[in-house]
Amino acid sequence: MSSAVLLEVRNVVKRFGGLVAINGVSFDVHEHEVLGLIGPNGSGKTTMMNLISGALPATDGYIAMDDKLLTDLPTRKIARAGIARTFQLVRVIPSMTVLENVMAGAVFGHKKLWGHALAVYAERQLERVGLVGISHKLTADLTYIDQKRVELARALASDPKVILLDEWLAGLNPTELQTGIELIRSLRDDGRTVILVEHVMDAIRSLCDRCVVMSTGNIIAQGTPAEVLADPQVIEAYLGEDYE
Amino acid sequence: MKLKQSDLWMGLAILAAFFVLAWLPLAPGADGWLSIVVPITMYTVLATSWAIFSGPTHYVSLATAAFFGVGSYTLALGLESLPYPVLLIIAAILGAIMAALVGWATLRLSGVYFVIFTLGLAELTRQVFTWYQNNMGGTRGSYVFTDLTDAHIYWQLLALALLVYLVGWLINRSRLGFAIRIIGGDESVAKHSGINVAWSKIVLFMVSGSVAAVVGAILAPRFVYIEPSMAFNPQLSFMVVIMALLGGTQRLWGPLMGAIPFAFVWEIIASNFPAQTTLLMGVAFLLVVFYIPNGISGVLIRWYHKARSKPGVSHE
Amino acid sequence: MQMLITGIFLGGVYAIIAVGLSLQYGVSRIMNLAVGEMLVAGAFAAFWFSTAQSLNPYLSLLVVIPLAFGANWLIYRYLLLPLVRRAKTRGQLEVDSILVTFGLSFTLVGIFLWAFGGEFFNYSFLSVPVEIFDSRYGQNRVLAFVIAFVVCAGLWIWLNHTRSGLSMRAISVDTRAASLVAIDVEKSSNFAFALGGAIAATGGMVLSTFLTFDASIGIVFTLKALVIVIMGGVGDIRGAIVAALVLGITETVVARLIDPGLTLAAAYVLFLLILLFRPQGLFGRAQT
Repeated sequence: MSSAVLLEVRNVVKRFGGLVAINGVSFDVHEHEVLGLIGPNGSGKTTMMNLISGALPATDGYIAMDDKLLTDLPTRKIARAGIARTFQLVRVIPSMTVLENVMAGAVFGHKKLWGHALAVYAERQLERVGLVGISHKLTADLTYIDQKRVELARALASDPKVILLDEWLAGLNPTELQTGIELIRSLRDDGRTVILVEHVMDAIRSLCDRCVVMSTGNIIAQGTPAEVLADPQVIEAYLGEDYE
Repeated sequence: MKLKQSDLWMGLAILAAFFVLAWLPLAPGADGWLSIVVPITMYTVLATSWAIFSGPTHYVSLATAAFFGVGSYTLALGLESLPYPVLLIIAAILGAIMAALVGWATLRLSGVYFVIFTLGLAELTRQVFTWYQNNMGGTRGSYVFTDLTDAHIYWQLLALALLVYLVGWLINRSRLGFAIRIIGGDESVAKHSGINVAWSKIVLFMVSGSVAAVVGAILAPRFVYIEPSMAFNPQLSFMVVIMALLGGTQRLWGPLMGAIPFAFVWEIIASNFPAQTTLLMGVAFLLVVFYIPNGISGVLIRWYHKARSKPGVSHE
Repeated sequence: MQMLITGIFLGGVYAIIAVGLSLQYGVSRIMNLAVGEMLVAGAFAAFWFSTAQSLNPYLSLLVVIPLAFGANWLIYRYLLLPLVRRAKTRGQLEVDSILVTFGLSFTLVGIFLWAFGGEFFNYSFLSVPVEIFDSRYGQNRVLAFVIAFVVCAGLWIWLNHTRSGLSMRAISVDTRAASLVAIDVEKSSNFAFALGGAIAATGGMVLSTFLTFDASIGIVFTLKALVIVIMGGVGDIRGAIVAALVLGITETVVARLIDPGLTLAAAYVLFLLILLFRPQGLFGRAQT
C-alpha cells in the first residue's frame, strides 16, 4: 500500500449540541483502495460519511482531497470535486424513471452530459450494476434491492474519484452479495477509491485493503482486515454486536 | 434534446388556438363577455407562472399580489415620463429583483421561511407604498389614463400567456427544469448530484415573480384609479393558488384547467352571494385541497392512463 | 423609557398569541396560518360582550376559552389529523397543513365578514390612565400585560413541572421517540392544538381592549406570531416570550419615530435579520 494519499481526514470533530459524535478523528485514504469504515452501531461511521460528502459540516478539523480543502465547501461543490455516495436508507426519486434517476448523476457534476449522449451513458451505468431493460419503469415500482442498484448507478454516473457506500451490501441474499462484492471490487479496478461502511464481515474480509475501526466517535484501530479483526480492543467494542 | 415530431404538432396546434383566440374581441357583442375573458386570461397567466415555481418545488408562494401590485404601480407612476413598453420591461425587472431578494433571504433555508415571508409580503409592500405616498408622493392614489381598451389588454395578456407557455416548455426541457424536478423529489440527492439548489429555486421564482409584475402592469389601466389597497389585494394571491391547485401543477397546461372553470363559477358566486364571497372562496379552497389534491389535470392524466391500460388487460 | 414600557406591554400580548402558535407548531407540527383568525374571533366575542351585552369584556373569556378550545379541537381532529395520517413525509405534511390552514383562514374571514361586515371595530374599556415612572399608560394595556404574564407563566409551569407538560415537550423534540415511550401522540397533539387555539383567542380578546380591529386583520397577527415563533426558536416557549417582547418594543419604536403605518415592516426587518444571522432562532442550537 504505497500509493499516494487521496483523501486526508485530520482531527475532525462533529458535535450535535452537547453530543460529540466524532471526537478528533484522523485517517488517510489512499488512491485506488477500498477502505472499510467499521465499528458497532452508533460509533459515528455514517456521521463520518456525511462529513466527507458534505451532507453535514464539521465542527472542527479538516478534510482535504488532492490537497484541495473540502471542509466548508457546499455539498454540491464536494460532489463536483469527484465524491459520490449512496445513502444508508436508500434515496432515489420515486416519481422519476430509473433512467432519469441515473441521469441525475451525470448532468451537474464534473460530467456535464445532456441529450442523447446522457441517455446512452446512463443506460451503460445501469448495465454496469446489473439492471437491464427496466430503465423506463418508475423507480417507485422497484424492489428495495433494485433501488439500491439505481442509487449506485447514479453515483457511478458522476464518474467519481471517491465513492462512499453506506451499508450498500446490507440486506442482500448470498448470491446477490457475491455479485455485489464483485461489483465493488471492479470499481477499484476502474481506478476508483471506495470507502465503505459495512457490517457484513465476509465482505469486509474479502474486499477491504484497509480498515478503520471506530467506536463512540474515536478511531480504535487501523490496518488490514485481518489485523484489526484480531485486535482485542475491536473485539471488545463489538461484543454484543452481531460479530461472527 | 431533439425536437420530437409530436412536440412540433403540439406547438402548431397551440399557435393555431392562440390565433383563433386573438379574434375574440372582434366577434359581435364582444364587449360584454370580454369583461370575463380578461380576468380568465389574467388568472391563467398568473396561475401558470405560479405553478412553474411552486409546482415542482412544492414551495407555496402566497405573494402573487405583491408582485402584481409592484407592476401596477410601476405603470401608474411611470406613465407620464416613460413609454408604455419600457414600463412593462421595467415591471418585469422589478418583479425579478424583488423575487431574487425574497428568494435569496429565504430559499437557502427551509420552505417554511419562504411561505411565512410571502404570506405578509403583499401587506408589507402595501404599507411601504402607502407610507411612501403619504410622505413623499403627496397623494394616496394615482390615476392611470391610457387609451387602452379591454381588447388591448386582452391581446397583451394573450401574448404574455404564449410567452409563459414557451418559457415553461423551454425550462422543462432544460437542465434547470431537470434540476428542479430532482430538487422537488429529494433535495439531498440534488445537492449530492452537484446541483446548486438555492440558485435553481431563486431563478424559477424570479421567472414567476416577473411574470406577475408584468400582469400587474398590463392590468393597471383597467383600474383607472389605483391605490395601495387595490393593487396589493391579498385575495389575488389566494385566487391564484386555488386556481393552480384546482387545475393541477404537474403539467404546464394544468392551471388553465383550473382558471377557466373557477373564473366562471366565481362570477356566479360573486353576483349571487356578494356578502359571502370570501367564505365560499375559503370553502372551495378546502374542498380542492381535500378532494382533488392533484387537480383536474391530475384526474385527467389518471383517466388517460386507465383508458390506455384497459385494452391491454382484457387481451390477457 | 415610555416607549420601552409601551413596547413591553404590547409585546406581552404578542407573547400570548405566539406561545399559542408555538404549541400548535412545536407539538402538533401544524404551521397554522389561521391562528390570526382565532385571535380575531376572540376580539369579536369581547366586542359583543362589551357593546351588545354591556358586560365586562373579560367575562367573555368564560365563553371564549372553552369555545375556542372546542373549535380548535374539532379543526385538528377532522381537518388536520387526516392530513397527518396521510402524509408520507414531514415535507408533505408541511405543504398540506399550510394549504389547509390558509384555506381555513379565508373561510373564517368570510364568516366574520358575513356576520359583522367589513368595518373597523373598537370599544372603550378601562381607557383611564395610570401613572408608572412619571408616564401615563392606559389601564387596559397594563391589565393586558398582567393577563399575558399569567398565561405565559401558567404555560411555563405546566410544560416544565407536570407530567402531561413533559410529554408535550417530548413530542416536540421527537414525535416517533415519544410514541415509543407510550405517549399518545395523536391525542396530545390534538390537545396541544386546541389549547394553542384557545390561548390565541384569549390573546385576541385581550388585544381588543385597546386596539381597533376588523374582520381581515388576522393575517397581520398570523405573520407577527410566525415571525416571533421563528425568532424564538420553534417549540421554545421562553424564546417566544423574549422574541415577542423584542417585536413589541421594535414596533413601538418604529411607530413613534418613523410611522405607525410601518409596524409590519418592523416585523419583516426583524425576520430578515433572523433569517440572515440566526435561522435557528435566538436561543436555538444550530440544526443539522
